[in-house]
Amino acid sequence: MVTHEGGGHHHAPSGFIRKYIFSLDHKVIGIQYYMLALFSVFLGMALSLLMRIHLVWPSLKFPLIPGGLMTPEQYLALVTMHGSIMVFMVLTTAPQSGFGNYMLPIQIGAEDMAFPVLNMLSFWITFVSLVVLTSAFFVTGGAPISGWTAYPPLSAMGEITGPGEGMGQTLWVVGVAIFCIASLLGALNFITTTVDLRAKGMTLGRMPLTVWAWLVTAILGLLAFGVLLAACLLLLLDRLAGTSFFIPGGLVVTDTPIVSHTGGSPLLWQHLFWFFGHPEVYIAILPGMGVASHVLSTFSRKPVFGYKAMVGALGAIGFLGFCVWGHHMFISGMSPYSAFAFSLLTMTIGVPSAIKTFNWLGTVWGGKIQFTTAMMFALGFVSLFVTGGLSGLFLAQPSIDLYLHDTYFVVAHFHLIMGVAAIFGIFSATYFWFPKMFGRMLNETIGKIHFWFTFVGVYCIFMPMHFLGIAGHPRRYADTTGVNFLAPLHPVHYFITIAAMITITAQLLFLFNFFYSMKKGDKATENPWNATTLEWSIPSPPPFDNFAGHVPVVYRGPYEFSVPGAPDDYIPQHLTPERVGKAH
Amino acid sequence: MTRKSGEQGSAAVAFTFAAFLVLFTVATVYLFVAKIWWFPPAISQFGTQIDDQFHRTLVITGIIFVLAQLGLALAIFRSRDHGQKATFFEGNSTMEFLWTLATIIMFVGLGLFGEHAWAEAHFQGAAAGAIQVEVTGQQFAWNFRYAGPDGKFGGTKPELVSASSGNPLGLDPRDPASKDDVVSPVMYAPAGHEVELLIRTQDVTHSFFVRELRLKQDAVPGMTIHMHFDALDPGQYEIACAELCGLGHYRMRSFLNVVSQEEFDKWMRDQETALQQQ
Repeated sequence: MVTHEGGGHHHAPSGFIRKYIFSLDHKVIGIQYYMLALFSVFLGMALSLLMRIHLVWPSLKFPLIPGGLMTPEQYLALVTMHGSIMVFMVLTTAPQSGFGNYMLPIQIGAEDMAFPVLNMLSFWITFVSLVVLTSAFFVTGGAPISGWTAYPPLSAMGEITGPGEGMGQTLWVVGVAIFCIASLLGALNFITTTVDLRAKGMTLGRMPLTVWAWLVTAILGLLAFGVLLAACLLLLLDRLAGTSFFIPGGLVVTDTPIVSHTGGSPLLWQHLFWFFGHPEVYIAILPGMGVASHVLSTFSRKPVFGYKAMVGALGAIGFLGFCVWGHHMFISGMSPYSAFAFSLLTMTIGVPSAIKTFNWLGTVWGGKIQFTTAMMFALGFVSLFVTGGLSGLFLAQPSIDLYLHDTYFVVAHFHLIMGVAAIFGIFSATYFWFPKMFGRMLNETIGKIHFWFTFVGVYCIFMPMHFLGIAGHPRRYADTTGVNFLAPLHPVHYFITIAAMITITAQLLFLFNFFYSMKKGDKATENPWNATTLEWSIPSPPPFDNFAGHVPVVYRGPYEFSVPGAPDDYIPQHLTPERVGKAH
Repeated sequence: MTRKSGEQGSAAVAFTFAAFLVLFTVATVYLFVAKIWWFPPAISQFGTQIDDQFHRTLVITGIIFVLAQLGLALAIFRSRDHGQKATFFEGNSTMEFLWTLATIIMFVGLGLFGEHAWAEAHFQGAAAGAIQVEVTGQQFAWNFRYAGPDGKFGGTKPELVSASSGNPLGLDPRDPASKDDVVSPVMYAPAGHEVELLIRTQDVTHSFFVRELRLKQDAVPGMTIHMHFDALDPGQYEIACAELCGLGHYRMRSFLNVVSQEEFDKWMRDQETALQQQ
């Protein structure tokens, strides 16, 4: 392990641009990522609100739309952009690039990331990606209608397959490819930093579970985004250069034979996409697992139950996450024999997930809970993770998936587990680390009201979707009148839309709390939660080089709470044995 | 800051949290037992098998769901701040081992159980004497082709495809085998007789979905995918598209008419007669 030698720490830049725009400071970059995600999550939510309203009141006229009525292609454009923005710009960005960037170096006792310039580039490339992706709304034909999965040949043959499949789809592919580059750079940086820059005494076995989660996530990102990048480049070539990686011969679109393409395979895209896409689910949720473990331990005043099992489970989920992509393709026409293997591997991935759940319950059990807002979101995370995870056991079985595939059951499943649970991880992290990041406390009363609206709200939105799916309701339907059997399900849609409107409105509480507290919140002390890890050993907010030239030394594990014989109910990692007393 | 929330505050929040989890669990279990919004009845043996496996999975996941949510509620309520000291407890290897083993057996066992229905649908071909129906998806319609008396599907050519002039599949008139091919926008199948589907598409990926058959299969460009079913109950069932295929995805539907053998034969004769009169 290479440690940071003292001295030679760099000084804070003084100009506004170097300090806040093109900053090399991992903390500023972390906040930049967070802000990008915050903008994106509200954009993504707004898109989903429009979809929900349209599904229930299809004849409602919207402002900004010529003629007022939402067309099916506009609905599908919302579907595509909601998914893409949420998955890439929120779920990949906030938990990993946002909080990881800010907290990982501090938690391991480093003064910055290993490659600060690369770090800055990662953010700005992500920013360019967001601009390119969202610009798809403003070009002729509008945003693409092929969903965030962009299955060819729908996504590969241009305008002939539908509006939005011209320039809009091209911008989408380019935007996602750019995002892959940014994520690859970020992943390299995270891995190098964790391996090389740990402070003296910060052995692997003493790393907070958040750091473990960010590390495993970075490894997943490194292996997954390269594949998506390749897939996007091939798709771009099919679209612009007349290649046929994903387009077979003999196709006829609206009576027009496609003579320029032959020999490609639509399934090739699906394999490449899901080889990325399944690990992506874990890229979204693993950091949340790390945060949940961390926060549950801190506010239960109890060590994490089974630290080693938690690390092992993170690793197992990471590894198995690369072996199960085929469960997205049971009905795709791939070999039914491989479905057998993918199914059993997927059922197996439930095992480390269950271990984590048991250990979270074990961590809380026998503790002395402090119900901070961060803690409530972490507890909510556990509940959501269980609910969302269990529906995966249905979908992992190809025979049941024959029926449930591409229905609202799937929408319920992945929103609960990778959407909402991950968002709860982000909220928990926000309420937990805001004092460190901005030097002020978030308002806990508003925080708790926000929690209850969100927790009850998301269950009201997504639980009923299971029943839509069981009744056979296909997803990505712009209208519920095209198929007769959907008519009796209208009350369920209505309920979901009302719940969504309330829940989304309640997020304004968070927005208010966030920006109000940043300026007017109570001043935060160095360690307001009596927590143990290194970020709580330095001022709030931390100085430019984190430890002000003083290199921390770590003496103990990350979760020493309520240690018998200790003077306090927590022992910070940097506390020398002498200062704790001879028993430790 | 945080020290403000004392024992009383902790008890109130703990109670509310635990009560919500209990309420949520009860409501969820109720909705899954009441089956207000549920599967339509299955119309094939295969469909019944799928339903059985669904129910097995529902029972097992249901038990885990209830135990986990109530366990969480109990942990929250028990561990509220009532002046106690938190226990110092870093884990227990025996417990880790036991619940790992238990979940492996449960999850993998469940998976193995479910393979039977899958194998029946995919590993075995259609029974001998099955009626072959070619299913072709296109933006945004289904067409169903029957081979006719010669039992052979005639050739098709992409350049002959013209939905507007009545040749949506591009049947080649110079191929004698195509002369008696019946093409219909709705599907007919005789009850109690095995049907083999040859699923294909002309343009983008679609998915053939009949709820009552518990059957769904993507129609993939460049591929012909075989499926088979044996519908037992006569009736009219909707065929929906289940893979995003473009702006008309939501209205790409047709009907499967499951009729008696006599009615099926009559329908087929009528189609053949109509062909000859053209």
